[in-house]
Amino acid sequence: MEIELRGITKRFGEVVANSDVNLTIRAGEVLGLLGENGAGKSTLMNVLSGLYRPDGGEILIDGKPVQFRGPGDAIRAGIGMVHQHFMLVPVFTVAENVVLGVEPTGPVDFLDLKKARAQVREINETYGLEVDPDEFIENLPVGVQQRVEIIKVLFRSANAIIFDEPTAVLTPQEVTEFFAIVKSLRSAGKAIVFITHKLHEILEVADRISVLREGRIVGEGVPGKTTDLELAEMMVGRPVSFNVAKKPFSPGPVLLDVQHLTVLRENDAVAVNDLSLNVRAGEIVGIAGVQGNGQSELVEALAGVRRVAGGSVMFQGKDITGASARDRHRLGMAHIPEDRQRTGIIAAFTVAENMVLDTYYDSRFSHGLAMDWQAVNQNSAAAAAAFDVRTPSVFEKAGHLSGGNQQKLVVARELNRDTKLLIAAQPTRGLDVGSIEYIHKRIVDAREEGDGILIVSSELDEIMSLCDRILVMFKGRVVAEFGAAGRPANKNDIGLAMAGVAA
Amino acid sequence: MAIETVPANRKLDTQAGRQSRIAAVLLIGLSALTAMVFAQVGDGDAVFRLSRATDAIVLPDLAVPAMEFNYIAAGILAFLGVRLWIRGGSGRISLSLGFGLLLAVAAFLVWATVGKAFSLTGMLQATVVRAVPIALGALAGVLSERVAVTNIAIEGMLLAGAFTGALAGSLLGGWGGVAAAVVVGGLFGLLLAALVVTYRVDQIIAGVVINLFVLGVTSYVSSQVFQEYRFLNNAPVFRVISIPLLSDIPVIGPVLFQQNIFVYGALIMVAVATYYLFYTRSGLRARAVGEHPRAADTLGIDVYRIRYVNVTIAGMVAGFGGAWLTLGLVGRFDENMTGGRGFIALAAMIFGRWHPVGALMAALIFGFADSLQQKLALLQTPIPAEFLAMAPYLATIVVVAGLIGRARAPAADGKPYIKE
Repeated sequence: MEIELRGITKRFGEVVANSDVNLTIRAGEVLGLLGENGAGKSTLMNVLSGLYRPDGGEILIDGKPVQFRGPGDAIRAGIGMVHQHFMLVPVFTVAENVVLGVEPTGPVDFLDLKKARAQVREINETYGLEVDPDEFIENLPVGVQQRVEIIKVLFRSANAIIFDEPTAVLTPQEVTEFFAIVKSLRSAGKAIVFITHKLHEILEVADRISVLREGRIVGEGVPGKTTDLELAEMMVGRPVSFNVAKKPFSPGPVLLDVQHLTVLRENDAVAVNDLSLNVRAGEIVGIAGVQGNGQSELVEALAGVRRVAGGSVMFQGKDITGASARDRHRLGMAHIPEDRQRTGIIAAFTVAENMVLDTYYDSRFSHGLAMDWQAVNQNSAAAAAAFDVRTPSVFEKAGHLSGGNQQKLVVARELNRDTKLLIAAQPTRGLDVGSIEYIHKRIVDAREEGDGILIVSSELDEIMSLCDRILVMFKGRVVAEFGAAGRPANKNDIGLAMAGVAA
Repeated sequence: MAIETVPANRKLDTQAGRQSRIAAVLLIGLSALTAMVFAQVGDGDAVFRLSRATDAIVLPDLAVPAMEFNYIAAGILAFLGVRLWIRGGSGRISLSLGFGLLLAVAAFLVWATVGKAFSLTGMLQATVVRAVPIALGALAGVLSERVAVTNIAIEGMLLAGAFTGALAGSLLGGWGGVAAAVVVGGLFGLLLAALVVTYRVDQIIAGVVINLFVLGVTSYVSSQVFQEYRFLNNAPVFRVISIPLLSDIPVIGPVLFQQNIFVYGALIMVAVATYYLFYTRSGLRARAVGEHPRAADTLGIDVYRIRYVNVTIAGMVAGFGGAWLTLGLVGRFDENMTGGRGFIALAAMIFGRWHPVGALMAALIFGFADSLQQKLALLQTPIPAEFLAMAPYLATIVVVAGLIGRARAPAADGKPYIKE
């Protein structure tokens, strides 16, 4: 099977997501599609999987042009997609998710789940995937959920499989297992597209590489011949350096002291389990770990937006376990939340309004019941300039900014005052390289000024390049510590700790 | 994610712990109420009649010594409350609370009937009858909310069904009336689907608009046209059909097997809906559309079509339920005769956790409160019966607010799906 994309163009209103893209996908081959966030990779593959209709160009399968009116058509043509955000129904079982849309049935539309289970087991055995067909999706770790997605695609006898950012949510060990699965699929004669922005992964698993930037194919490469720096330059459009410069490590007194902290989820499941840690002045502490191991709940508890079930949190010797978010803010704590769209900004508010969300009550900005909008706007304009927030004006809706500028807006709001401690969750998730570099620089600047910093990130590279000390969280506990007093940071050891292998 | 539990000796501030403390306070409060009010009756028996003299098998009356019964009830309530308080989140909260509420209601009944006689079977029979429109409305809610369309329009659909039932029933006879009510209910379902699925009107607003429209039209016709042409509002009422043998069982017989087609219809529909939602291919797809429409879409399932079909069927069910008011009860249409039952049905749907059987159970509880209120008016108790009738709605508020156990709605409920 050979799939050819010819001159594909896709627009969303004014925005051109794909422009005249040509691409060929062949059986028994892994095509790596490399590009930054927002380069148009996912859009292109959504066109191929029938979710979007292209505004121009055509798709040819084995030389014959095809038209997809919906995802069903693409599935019937043998194209399956594993989406970045899994398309699984959390309250359904594995078997129910796998057969959804192509269910085996008996009389009176009866859903034959027994047959479905047997079919799932059969695919399990053929491809060496181990998934219990009766388990509910919401109870499965992400790595296994991804295997369910693969089973779904195989169940529909797909010949071409598209993986959209498949490793974003996996531990390094799970990534290794995933690559093994990809290779076995390739030797089974499947055509595979691997979409990512991670250079080393694409060099490891792809047979051919195409680089997408601003909706266009800007270059091609072959692993072994093309270097990672060349690929990075194609991807970003300028030379990039991977290193963050920072001064030698000289920590001050303990700022944040967390003792035996326990935090629960809504259903009383333990998210953070008897966890102790501290952050000192002038130190960047990183928390590594696979998503869903309690990092989000830890950050929310430290920021004062989630109830603490047990233990204590001290800040500069003061007990703040039950303090409100505003009290913490006044003490000099800053918080960059992990989901800027949902909790970082209010998309329908202007840049200026977003900039004073935390200080609107201050006497600088309000008098009695009235807001002093002039002061707000002036202050916001100054902060936007100081933090490189690129916006036509402070009256622009925050939702209209790019992801990178939205995040810089959050950083500006949180850091544009005398802070002592910064808690940053996934500070660069989904951003372009330029914004990542800028935000990293700002975080390092804060350290140089003597702030304590706690970073939670699922990007191990980010943690390793920024942090003085690395803690690994697994199932709500800190299971390993690296750097400074602990062992030197080593990617393999951290990966093992993230997977819960006793270190 | 499964995580090992924290050692038991550490005291954590858990959600379950808070819930059980709230429930414990409620139970202890009920205990105090039972001991200090309901048990202060002096000597005397409360007599509950279980059979009528004409029944095939006649059970003797049940005589309960009022003061003793209520002191014991208060004791049990206090025990349950204290146990829940001490054991914290580890007990079965809703079981204790449910049993406690049942006991409190029994104590109340005993107190209200002391020195008099009261037909228990008669009240249970009325309970089932009154539960019918609520159960059918709630079922309509389940069917549309399972595909993530919030259905505020149940009230309007019930009212449209009642009106059409009366009008068509007067002209075409009972069965014609039922059929017309179902069709009109379905049309309003279709209208709701068109508004919220195709035109993406806010679901709450679309529902309210339908309710107001139906109320306006039916009120106008009933006050202007029906006044003039009375034969248009004079429909036959479906008779009781006794099922042989089964209807002779004491208590259960009259309650379940001496009813009209609306009661049987409601029970059958609940069974069919349960089979449909949880045991068929279409049901799996419908639930997928309600939980994760994008996932369903990527698998080639037509989200819009499924929403249209389910919401239309929901409208048909509600239309049938509305016909009960006219063709199953009084034979004529009165202005706004649903009186908010559609909204009570929504509460029953939530109380029943979006499951057809749960919705039926909740409807029975609401029906019980409704018929209790009616019967108590005859007993002339010092407490206005309306206060007791409020109890189920208070319970609903408690459930919806998540104070005791959280009901989980379909994940995409109320959200329009925008296809790209």
